[in-house]
Amino acid sequence: MTSFMLNGKQVSVKAAPETPLLWAIREHLKLTGTKYGCGAGLCGACTVHVDGKAALACQTEVSAVAGKRVVTIEGLSPNASHPLQKAWIAEQGQVMKAAELLAINPKPSRADIVRHMNGNICRCGTYTRIIAAIERAAREG
Amino acid sequence: MTRITSPHIKSQGPEVSRRSFLAGVGGLTFSIAFLGDGAPILNAAGKGDLGVTAWVRIGADNVVTIFNPSAEMGQGSMTALPLIVAEEMDADWTRVKIEQSPVDARVYGNPQFFGHQMLTVGSRTVQGYYTGLRKAGAQVRKALLTAAAGHWKVPVSELRTEPNVVIHVPTKRRLSYGEIAAFAKMPVNLPEVADGDLKNPCDFRLIGNKAIGRADIPAKVDGTAIYGMDVHVPGMVYAVMSRAPVHGSRPQSSNAAAIKAMAGVVDVVTLNHGVVVVADTMEGALAARKKLKVEWSQGARAAGFQSEKDLDGYRHMMEGAAAGDPVTTKGNVKNAMAAAVKTYQADFYSDHAYHAQMEPLNAVAHVNTTGDGAEVWAGTQSLDGARASAAKALGVGVDKITFHPCYLGGGFGRRSWSDYIEEAVLTSKAMRRPVKLVWTREDDVAYGAFRPMALQCLKAGVDKAGNIVAWEHCVIGDGRSLLTSGIRIPFYNVPNQNIELRGKSSGVRLKHWRAVGHGFNKFAIESMVDLIAADHKIDPVEFRRRLTRHSPRALKVIETAAAMAKWGTPRPAGRALGIAFAERSDSLSAGVAEVSVDRAKGRMRVHRFWASLDAGQVVQPGNAVAQMESGIVYGLSSMFSERITFENGRVQQSNFHDYEVMRMADAPEEIHVEIIRNNEPPAGIGETGVPIASGAVANAFFALTGKQIRHMPFTPDRVLAVLKA
Ligand code: FES
Repeated sequence: MTSFMLNGKQVSVKAAPETPLLWAIREHLKLTGTKYGCGAGLCGACTVHVDGKAALACQTEVSAVAGKRVVTIEGLSPNASHPLQKAWIAEQGQVMKAAELLAINPKPSRADIVRHMNGNICRCGTYTRIIAAIERAAREG
Repeated sequence: MTRITSPHIKSQGPEVSRRSFLAGVGGLTFSIAFLGDGAPILNAAGKGDLGVTAWVRIGADNVVTIFNPSAEMGQGSMTALPLIVAEEMDADWTRVKIEQSPVDARVYGNPQFFGHQMLTVGSRTVQGYYTGLRKAGAQVRKALLTAAAGHWKVPVSELRTEPNVVIHVPTKRRLSYGEIAAFAKMPVNLPEVADGDLKNPCDFRLIGNKAIGRADIPAKVDGTAIYGMDVHVPGMVYAVMSRAPVHGSRPQSSNAAAIKAMAGVVDVVTLNHGVVVVADTMEGALAARKKLKVEWSQGARAAGFQSEKDLDGYRHMMEGAAAGDPVTTKGNVKNAMAAAVKTYQADFYSDHAYHAQMEPLNAVAHVNTTGDGAEVWAGTQSLDGARASAAKALGVGVDKITFHPCYLGGGFGRRSWSDYIEEAVLTSKAMRRPVKLVWTREDDVAYGAFRPMALQCLKAGVDKAGNIVAWEHCVIGDGRSLLTSGIRIPFYNVPNQNIELRGKSSGVRLKHWRAVGHGFNKFAIESMVDLIAADHKIDPVEFRRRLTRHSPRALKVIETAAAMAKWGTPRPAGRALGIAFAERSDSLSAGVAEVSVDRAKGRMRVHRFWASLDAGQVVQPGNAVAQMESGIVYGLSSMFSERITFENGRVQQSNFHDYEVMRMADAPEEIHVEIIRNNEPPAGIGETGVPIASGAVANAFFALTGKQIRHMPFTPDRVLAVLKA
């Protein structure tokens, strides 16, 4: 049994300690905004925030977040009001990764963005749009 | 903003839905079925001779519900189709609610497909439904006008509509569609509409409106959209499967009994092509599968397949006496080739490619306790096909399957097969309880269904004036029509053509992949065109002008892309431009890539990309641009790194570390798309970016280095080998 804060609420998961946080969130707690893409730390689809830092839920054991604050796309902002969500980025892993960037670097350069986001695959190839959305969120956010 | 009824796409079995639609109080329900000629037949609810369900419902609350029959995989069809209906019925888009239609191809099938399948493939959705849905919308509007005229006792000719309102022009009286719905009785026979009743495209408010975004996005940005993998059903267990490592081999024996004894394991189910481990939890199923040992049968046809060696061997098939299967035969190539002042010959190779849709395959199935019916939840491109496959797997009639379409985390052609859905149904059948069957990424790669590898043998003859007068193109490989898509050159003025296919069976799983064969065929064709142009010292754009001089629309996309890129003006040092033209699903496009190459590392980079598009009437221009960008990046990705190889019939790649798809750092810094506006019938857009990307990159490399790479993808080792040669 592991307890942690998920999107501001205390939760407990009855799962083996080494269970990936990804399955704990998606399948045990049925909060499915966090996606499975590769299970190997290669795509970023499972990105969540643990104590404010982006983490790959498929590479994080649930026991490692005991007592910590985990935030998923569902809890990123009230009513999906985060500037990145308002910019209509539809792939949640990208939103969560970009939200971390804006939190630590409110005015990122293009190179900053690419460096930060390069682990997140977008198979629909919307990279130029994601960059533009982050730049816009940085301007307007 | 347009609303969607619920966070996930909602749908019910047709019987249920029909009753619930008819039971809806104080509203009008319109039923439309496409019959054989693609013309819609519209009837009041319950009067349809096919027992049809509804497309449009107008509530007394003035909300217009429009049903979407297509699969939504991020391409935007679920917005585009209802938008077409809304346009012609003059609906207020802010009061439109989109619901997923029931899965019933008789009513909701795409008229463009034989048998009217509910199949979202080949960029055919808007194209196939466009005219029918316009007429349907116009019929709804006419019915509303008739009802209002009766209510006011005035002639219909004195009425007009504004969004969701009928107006009596002389008296300025108004009735909202909702108010009409509250009192109107549906006529038994709805008014006929002719082509002349349709709006003049210059009066469109919704079609072609750049401000209208995709209806599926809001639920995707807050994480509430339900993809197949997100479905939870009470009592559900988790399944993962060990599939045949060589396609066609079968499980002979396994340690199923030992696995079944593991804590948390619910069952082990052996199917034809593998063994399924079912457990209480996802992590439990994965852990148990690691311990599973399966003996596989030997001697499957694919077992001897060595992709690299076999691809090299394809060349010998050109030397054999046997002719290929003709694709296009025009004029007399033999004579023209003999009379040509110069001939050119080149071979182009391409490797297998994997879809790599972000959401690996998965399905949830719940077979009932008596085993004669099931509920199924899945994201699929083949809605009625998936339902039929589930029924077949269970050995019951289609009416015994309730199918719930979900959002697709990408399709790209992979999700029009229902193999993953059948697996879930068969597993649930063995257990009679709900099962979520998940393919890991490794499963998705290992048991993938790939764009086939191919060899393209091209030969061209040129006359004194530098015109191509003879053209031979033979594609060799496995996959039949998967290989010939995009091999024709209907917009190039070449009088003598001989285009053919030579098939060689490999026994591995092959499938449509975004733009099918266009990616590698246009790579070969456009490279050949530039080879000849360069030898004649003719500019590639000028050379294509000559080739398309009898095809004004093709010429225009070439001119437009060239102008966008400022073709002919100097480039930054170390960069060059390449152009390619392609047709796909009746749309025309040209792309220009600005490329540089790191000569030490062999890595190419596309800095900027310009594309023009003629897709006739474009329903959602903003989304069309997004689709083009997406296709271009998908095409570039396959051009630079995507490569599946087989050894002894086994796929050698397993995840994104060895099957690399394009990442942000390698994506173009800028992509510009220009839509050429006209009122021709809509054409497909979702795949058109792929072939222009491959051809443009190949030609930019040629322009930059004077050398051609003739094997895609252009991996660094291949780039270096060509540069050194
Ligand atoms: S699913 Fe975690 S990085 Fe891909």
